[in-house]
Amino acid sequence: MAVVADRQIIHETEIRPRHYLNVNHSFWSWFFTTDHKRIAMLYLGTITVFFLMGGVFALLFRLELMTPEGDLFQADTYNRFFTLHGVLMIFFFLVPSIPATLGNFLLPIMVGCRDLAFPKVNLASYWIFVFAGMFGVGMLASGGVDTGWTFYAPLSTHYSNTSVFMAAMAAFFAGFASILTGVNFIVTVHKMRAPGLTWFRLPLFVWAQYATGIIMMLGTPVIAITLFLVALERVWGVGIFDPAHGGDPVLFQHMFWFYSHPAVYIMILPGFGVISEVIACFSRNKIFGYHFIAFSSLAIAVLGFFVWGHHMFIAGQSVYTGVVFSLITMLVAVPSAIKVFNWTATFYGGNVTLESPMLYAIGFMGLFTVGGLTGLFLAAMGMDVPLHDTYFVVAHFHYVMVGGMVMAFMAGLHFWWPKMTGRMYPEFIAKFNAVIVFLGFNATFFPQFILGWLGMPRRYHAYPEEWQVLNVMSTAGATILGFGFTLAIAYFIWSLFYGERAGNNPWGAKGLEWTIESPPTTHNFHHIPTVTEDPYNYTGREEVNVQQ
Amino acid sequence: MSSNSVPEIGPSTPYFAGHFEDVDQKIESDILGMWLFLAQEIMFFGGLFTAYSVYRHAYPDIFQLGADQLNYLMGAGNTMFLLISSLTMAMTVYYTQHGQFRKQLLCFLATMIFGSLFLVVKYFEYKEKWDHGLVPGLNWDPHTVDFAAANLTSPPENLKLYFILYFTMTGLHALHMVIGIGIGIAIFINMLLWKKYGPNRYMAVEMFGFYWHFVDIVWVFLFPLIYLI
Amino acid sequence: MSVAHHVPAKNYVINFFVLMILMIATVVAARFDFGGANLPIALAIAITKTACIVLFFMNVRYGSPLVRVFAAGGFFWLCIMLAFTLSDYLLFTNVMGSPTTVAIP
Repeated sequence: MAVVADRQIIHETEIRPRHYLNVNHSFWSWFFTTDHKRIAMLYLGTITVFFLMGGVFALLFRLELMTPEGDLFQADTYNRFFTLHGVLMIFFFLVPSIPATLGNFLLPIMVGCRDLAFPKVNLASYWIFVFAGMFGVGMLASGGVDTGWTFYAPLSTHYSNTSVFMAAMAAFFAGFASILTGVNFIVTVHKMRAPGLTWFRLPLFVWAQYATGIIMMLGTPVIAITLFLVALERVWGVGIFDPAHGGDPVLFQHMFWFYSHPAVYIMILPGFGVISEVIACFSRNKIFGYHFIAFSSLAIAVLGFFVWGHHMFIAGQSVYTGVVFSLITMLVAVPSAIKVFNWTATFYGGNVTLESPMLYAIGFMGLFTVGGLTGLFLAAMGMDVPLHDTYFVVAHFHYVMVGGMVMAFMAGLHFWWPKMTGRMYPEFIAKFNAVIVFLGFNATFFPQFILGWLGMPRRYHAYPEEWQVLNVMSTAGATILGFGFTLAIAYFIWSLFYGERAGNNPWGAKGLEWTIESPPTTHNFHHIPTVTEDPYNYTGREEVNVQQ
Repeated sequence: MSSNSVPEIGPSTPYFAGHFEDVDQKIESDILGMWLFLAQEIMFFGGLFTAYSVYRHAYPDIFQLGADQLNYLMGAGNTMFLLISSLTMAMTVYYTQHGQFRKQLLCFLATMIFGSLFLVVKYFEYKEKWDHGLVPGLNWDPHTVDFAAANLTSPPENLKLYFILYFTMTGLHALHMVIGIGIGIAIFINMLLWKKYGPNRYMAVEMFGFYWHFVDIVWVFLFPLIYLI
Repeated sequence: MSVAHHVPAKNYVINFFVLMILMIATVVAARFDFGGANLPIALAIAITKTACIVLFFMNVRYGSPLVRVFAAGGFFWLCIMLAFTLSDYLLFTNVMGSPTTVAIP
């Protein structure tokens, strides 16, 4: 009997192929892995936790804004809530979201190699991120921080009595995690490409990650040193931005925005990459203007470093410098528009179907366009004076970041989930959810454009009564949005255990990642592939093999 | 010193990790990765140099007064130590690539010694500043500075700004030195006990050299800007 | 194999002595008062020294074009930051419209 049982076990393992998820189950093999796919999954879990935390704070302060009076929370509490929302969402969700999860997982596969160039550095990046997260949790436990995510001096250095030090250290270390990711991506794209995979055969997702890597590497250290100075000031009171002995708070803003403006391109560029992949796949059409989309990513990365002054039009910056910054800011609209036009043109003559990733991608295009165009209002120096620090800015920022970046993240997650886990989520619920998220998002943030236009300033917990209707709409929308994201997390987790097994290529998509198993084996490829054709070589006849 | 001498150390086949296709790919990836890391370091120190430029532009006389408080001979001596250590570091890489174990070891030891000498001098400089009450935030009482003789147009309390920049810039540079010496000790142990690095495996030494030279470059800018002018 | 193999050790020693001479030059130059020229002189010497270290000690002289671009990139980006930040302080005019050279009140 025993012999028969043994044979059965052997048989079992033969029909259940080894892949990166089940190759080893020990704690050590997950948390100290150098496999880029496992690190991507670790990052995915970690940033989801931070995303939920940030979301809870958003819902809490939206609840306060239901009524004109500041009745639910004290002003101090409200300040902490919006600051924590900002710090957690920006440094712990938006910046690492697509690069550290989808990018980490897909970039080596898309360039046809077995791992990133420096796998141990990649692991170090994850652990630095966790270390930063501990400062983040410490910041929460010690009572939060109330300076706004921008940490402006002298509020952060002198007047705030909350745990600015913890928050600054959290952002400081999270920055190093993203620097290491950026360095890894750039070297991998340069040196690890498979034979035959020339630069212009790379998927646009890779181009976008490469451009993101440049910004991460050159921008992030500047915020690190800036926050280091703020922390130094908090600990020893040295006073480098202190006007009492000649220091200049505006210098803080220069150094802060030198990173933090390019940082919004760190957040949105990977989203562009995802959208390029999804649109091409579900239009079953060769992407229109490949070279233009590729180079517009690089153009955004470079131009993004010349525009930081548009955050400082009313901060006492020189008017002449302001004019230059304003002009260059408007130039950024050109590569962004090139992308949107090319995606739209890709639909033409394609065989468009509306699966869940495509729904998110189309939502992205609409919302990002609104967010981008309202950015031009704010880039104009005169227009910025009345609109600065109103809800108009909040709405603009969220149209680009949530409407753009988070929608793109959702599109990418739905698109590659079968590849990452080997399982399908329930496609019908996912489509339904894409609609819910889109509606909830617009209900939340569109009223804020109007509120900003009417002059409601940001960062106040009370407001005049005539703005209540719009604020209630916004809060209701936030609830719908919160429901949508919770539902998505729920069905993703459900699919891990009960989802149908996805084939190697459920969408009929092109690209190296769809030629290997779902989920991939630890070394991605059995043989390093040789690439002989251009990307997005769709014929228009590809079949989607997913149950509706 | 001939370049075709028989290698006596290191593994006999070129070393590279499994996910690379060949050794050239590994070497070029390492060099590129290191340069990207150094670009990151340039921007990290660059933030401080920006702050320095802005404040120096605003208060040239107070920065002159601050520079007068420093001992430029100590700074010059330190520059010399760093340049010597950079030379011995470059020679270490050279001897590693040519498989000359004894010279490799001696040059690397010299690098570490001159690096440590730099830190010793730095310690005496910091101690002097502490005694003169020139440490902002911790011990600020500039009793040795003759403000009246300096004929200033900016307020004297702005001197604090100069010393914040002095301590942050040289302090972060010294921290990089300490980290460098820490990594260097680990490499030295590998060299001495296991003869780990040789013509077929020298990237760790060469990359450490890049880091070391970079720290030297930072000092090349710090020395004239802080001590001399 | 890396091209650095073909670089004779003598180059490193020559480079070292050039650096030492430049170091002495910068100390000596700072002892004299050239008016406004002291800063440009000191910076020019520092940039020359950096070039010596990057090109010869770090072998960028013998590196691939890609390595040269990466090496130059970091310094170039620092120049962007310095140029645009300083442009604010150099072009600053106060509210009354009279140009001043000192930016910070």
